[in-house]
Amino acid sequence: MKTELTVNGRRERLDADARTTLLDALRVHLELTGTKKGCDHGQCGACTVLVNGRRINSCLSLACMHEGDEIVTIEGLGEPDRLSDLQQAFLSHDGFQCGFCTPGQICSATAMLSEIEAGWPSHVSDDLDRTPELSSTEISERMSGNICRCSAYPNIVEAIKEAADRRRG
Amino acid sequence: MIPFDYQRAASAAEATGLARDGATFIAGGTNLLDLMKLEVMAPSRLVDINRLDLGGIEDTTGGGLRIGALVRNSDLAGDPRVRSSYPVLARALLAGASGQLRNKATTGGNLLQRTRCYYFYDTAMPCNKREPGSGCQAIGGATRLHAIFGTSDHCIATHPSDMAVAMRALDASIEIEDSAGNRRSVAISEFYRLPGTTPHIETVLKPGELITAVLLPPPGGTRQAYRKVRDRASYAFALVSVAGVVEMADGRMKRVALAFGGVGPQPWRNAEVEALLEGKAPSAELFEQAAGLLVAKARTQAGNAFKVPLLQRVLSATLNELTKG
Amino acid sequence: MALHLKMDERDDCDRLDAMAQKIIGTPIDRPEGALKVAGRARYALDMLPAGACHGVLVRATVAKGKLSSVDKDAVMALPGVRAVIADERLLRNPAQGMAGEAPVQGVSDVAYFGQLVALVVADSFEQARHGAQRLKLTLSSDPDVVVRPDDPAADLESPDDQKSEMGDLGRAMVDAAFSIDETYTTPPHASAAMEPHASIAEWSGEKLTLHGSYQMLPFNRSELADALGIDEGNVRILAPYVGGGFGSKLGISQEAVAAAIAAKELGVPVAVAMSRQQVFEGIMRRSETRQRIRLAAGEDGVLTGIGHEAWVSNLPDETFAEPVTQATPFLYQGAHRLIGQHIARVHRTCAGSVRAPGEAVGLTALEIAMDELAEISGIDPLELRLRNIPDKDPTEGIPFSSNKLSEALKVGAEKFGWSERSGTPGTRREGEWLVGMGMASAARVNMLIESKARVTLTGDGVARIESDMTDIGTGTYAVLSQIAGEMLGLPIDHVDVHLGDTDLPRGSGSGGSFGAASNGTAVFLACEDIRNQLCEKLGCDPESLTLKDGHAISGNQRLPFSEILQGTDLVGEGHVEPGKTEEAVRQATFGSYFAEVGVNAVTGETRLRRMLGVFSAGRILNEKTARSQCLGGMTFGIGMALLEELIHDDRDGHIVNRDLAEYHLPVNADVSGLEVVLLDERDGWANPLHAKGIGELGICGAAASIVNAIHNATGVRVRDLPATLDKVLEGLPPLS
Repeated sequence: MKTELTVNGRRERLDADARTTLLDALRVHLELTGTKKGCDHGQCGACTVLVNGRRINSCLSLACMHEGDEIVTIEGLGEPDRLSDLQQAFLSHDGFQCGFCTPGQICSATAMLSEIEAGWPSHVSDDLDRTPELSSTEISERMSGNICRCSAYPNIVEAIKEAADRRRG
Repeated sequence: MIPFDYQRAASAAEATGLARDGATFIAGGTNLLDLMKLEVMAPSRLVDINRLDLGGIEDTTGGGLRIGALVRNSDLAGDPRVRSSYPVLARALLAGASGQLRNKATTGGNLLQRTRCYYFYDTAMPCNKREPGSGCQAIGGATRLHAIFGTSDHCIATHPSDMAVAMRALDASIEIEDSAGNRRSVAISEFYRLPGTTPHIETVLKPGELITAVLLPPPGGTRQAYRKVRDRASYAFALVSVAGVVEMADGRMKRVALAFGGVGPQPWRNAEVEALLEGKAPSAELFEQAAGLLVAKARTQAGNAFKVPLLQRVLSATLNELTKG
Repeated sequence: MALHLKMDERDDCDRLDAMAQKIIGTPIDRPEGALKVAGRARYALDMLPAGACHGVLVRATVAKGKLSSVDKDAVMALPGVRAVIADERLLRNPAQGMAGEAPVQGVSDVAYFGQLVALVVADSFEQARHGAQRLKLTLSSDPDVVVRPDDPAADLESPDDQKSEMGDLGRAMVDAAFSIDETYTTPPHASAAMEPHASIAEWSGEKLTLHGSYQMLPFNRSELADALGIDEGNVRILAPYVGGGFGSKLGISQEAVAAAIAAKELGVPVAVAMSRQQVFEGIMRRSETRQRIRLAAGEDGVLTGIGHEAWVSNLPDETFAEPVTQATPFLYQGAHRLIGQHIARVHRTCAGSVRAPGEAVGLTALEIAMDELAEISGIDPLELRLRNIPDKDPTEGIPFSSNKLSEALKVGAEKFGWSERSGTPGTRREGEWLVGMGMASAARVNMLIESKARVTLTGDGVARIESDMTDIGTGTYAVLSQIAGEMLGLPIDHVDVHLGDTDLPRGSGSGGSFGAASNGTAVFLACEDIRNQLCEKLGCDPESLTLKDGHAISGNQRLPFSEILQGTDLVGEGHVEPGKTEEAVRQATFGSYFAEVGVNAVTGETRLRRMLGVFSAGRILNEKTARSQCLGGMTFGIGMALLEELIHDDRDGHIVNRDLAEYHLPVNADVSGLEVVLLDERDGWANPLHAKGIGELGICGAAASIVNAIHNATGVRVRDLPATLDKVLEGLPPLS
């Protein structure tokens, strides 16, 4: 099954079994191992990547369904010596421990901030019509699709707040 | 996951034409791929419908909304018309799954979600829904997720959707296209089938038929609420949920629509309960009576008996919220 | 020459405090953190070599029986399938922590539902997964199988060495002004580390290299070699990054042995990852517990007696039994004591270590019982605990190395605003929410495990630390850097830490909260060794040597290391062993929890509003990572209190909720308002760092504070965890 897609700005041609998930295509075929497989069933969020700017669970998508799509993985957000604001904030707030769920958390948070900017409400928004606030409650609810067993949750929330403040200037 | 033939359809006609024996449409795939990995579902062909032009939300001439089958859950929840005129639907969507899953899951796919019954998910277990005639291992087993209404001796599974519960309360109808290009519309009340002796047949969809849209009637001047009760604060399926739509006039409930999640094999409604409430002034006694009527025919297992008192309390509280002030 | 220390005496010099670099304890960022946030830290399965095959394991679906045949041919005929392995060397279950030898092996006897009995290997993961799903096993099922711990037919063992009795508890209960005699139950728990167990095995002749996800590499190497029947000198395990462990990766597990056998047979590297469902079924669970607790107290609430008997389970012949009562002998006073343990032999997934085996569940039950005693005696729960802190270990009669329980309770109460709690349950309501506060004590035994480390001070003034120790998220990279940086006077970016390689000196491994202190001491000793060598070169004595910012200062000379070393390296080695201080004093860590919950008056749903943990664990080596460990422990407590339960089907013993959708770990929205206070403490009895373990303290009793808060909010006493809404619902007031 041939598929052409863009990953972290690079055109990639895949030739993989149709059963190959986007997650396994990234990890095994493109050797982008930053994206993690924690459950393979959309129940943990470790495999979160951005597809055309939106966060999805890459384990619940077939690579062949992404012909022409633009994928961004954790490797595309920054590098160890050139971290994105969110990556830097996760580092300084200790928004991780073992680090396994972290790429998914950071990809998720990156898109989540755009969702708030776009005015999407959440389950905890009091008013569906008003622009949501960037409160701890909102961040926690919106990040609940990313499980962290080490439980860096409080630090993740603080990291996201700091990065969001920087983003807003 | 068994090997399959993958086909990307460019039109509804092509899609329905490709959807022959053993084929399944794939849209978001968040539930289908989950089940295919476990070989709970094993289609021999996947017809990818993501490139079909079914992603729009349009106003209907009658003052309602036509929601394309491929509209993603997050887009539907974020649509200004849905947020202001159908808040019960926006709330239900936002209470479901996670941000990532809502970005992928579609309106049509959400209606067709399979049950979360533990025994359905484990291919080592007998399950009449997965393997007709093999038996139901959930009966007498772990039943926290299971139904108290509409069950049979063959299946006690619930429909897991939040979205569909809101749509049931909103009297949505489902637009379906067959391979000949014929379109029909089915009321959501007629869309799902009770398990009976054939729990593997879940809807009235015929082989090859494609959901193209969901139609919402005009909202009217109604008050709406969706309340979901679950074990963790987020990212969990409903133990019970209530979607309520109430229209008040002169201090009385002129029209009442109530749908329930987590309790039935389909988004559940009870016409008797609504009839009891309609035309009456809200009162705690009336709500209690309605709640009692609702659960009168509940059939429980050891693990889900708590849903009876829980559902009654949630119904009363929701009615209270919808009618106060 | 390695510097060796057997911990026979208290250390009084507190060398770290005397050092000049002043980085010990500071909240530095994790040195490996940039790699982790950038997705460049490579975990076991990220090391896939070119040409590797993929293996997927296959489970048996009976709780007890025989596997008589495996239909290999049908699966071998599928595209891409290269091998079907059903070898008697495959593991029945993982090795228990620190076993150092293979666990039970063999696939013909099935001992629990979900036991992994075969491996299908193929060119691609997709092919292997399908092959594994298609593999037909011929299994017989033993009809007499016992799967329920409370089945009267279950063999029940009551080991004498787990039993202790002092005085006459029965008498104390009769004489007590206030007494509690209740039974508490906790369900089985899963570690559920985010990284599923995964291994890549690659052979070069007789040498096996395994990229694995393990906590205790020196033991794992022995276990793997023993399982394969090869010399452990031929086994190298690499695990520089481990995606969480919590006890589940203490011992070698099924996928490693399977990968090694397959790789040998095929002559290519083989990667095997357990699916999440397989992790739930095949990896150690924490045993369910039933605990009878008796408390006898006088009018003043002072305890005269404590009884704590526990019923747990495990597979027949497994030596591990959840040490439920571990902290009960020393936490509170009381002359009359009875402690006992009973182990039911059942055919369920093997029971083993899950974060803080023992105290996690045992202290939780004890601290709920204490809340009940407070309730009936009318004494504030905080005051009740303060009145019962012993001045020495009441069972052993030995002093505490240090005991800051009282301070932890008082500081916590003050900071949390405990005095605002209403003593009458169900009296505080905010809208639909009934609000309550609860508290509990924390305690966990402290351990030291033999460890070695090597530190090389290179000619260009960089320290390289080497150990086969692991960092499972605990902060090993950070704290070892800080210890070496402090001892050798180096800024943190001049310290490199190399971990997770069995070719490096043998450390303790990660487990039991002993990692930082044990390996930290080995690194400390290695640095002392280097300091001594520097003194020799400079002709000064150790007391007059100051090391700071890469310079040695002695008398009036200040020389950069590069000038002293002249391009050569100094190698220091450290070796620490536990000694007499283990028995001379009671070593433990202490703390307190304060929780405020809202219980929904309509539904019974409990949501945590805020929670404070105050902990004392000797010297804190890194404020940031220590705090994170505590947050993690407390969140395990939230899960235990409200969510987590492995559900077994009583009819066939299979685990029903074997995925992350239905085994409910806390999500971000469940964890709000957490705060941690770390008390200043030094404990020279523990080790020369004066530091104690902190990785598990945060869970030990945490759940009790939440369950006690539910009682304060509603008047409902939950004795069967987790406190899901169905257990609270009946006790709620009517709606109107």
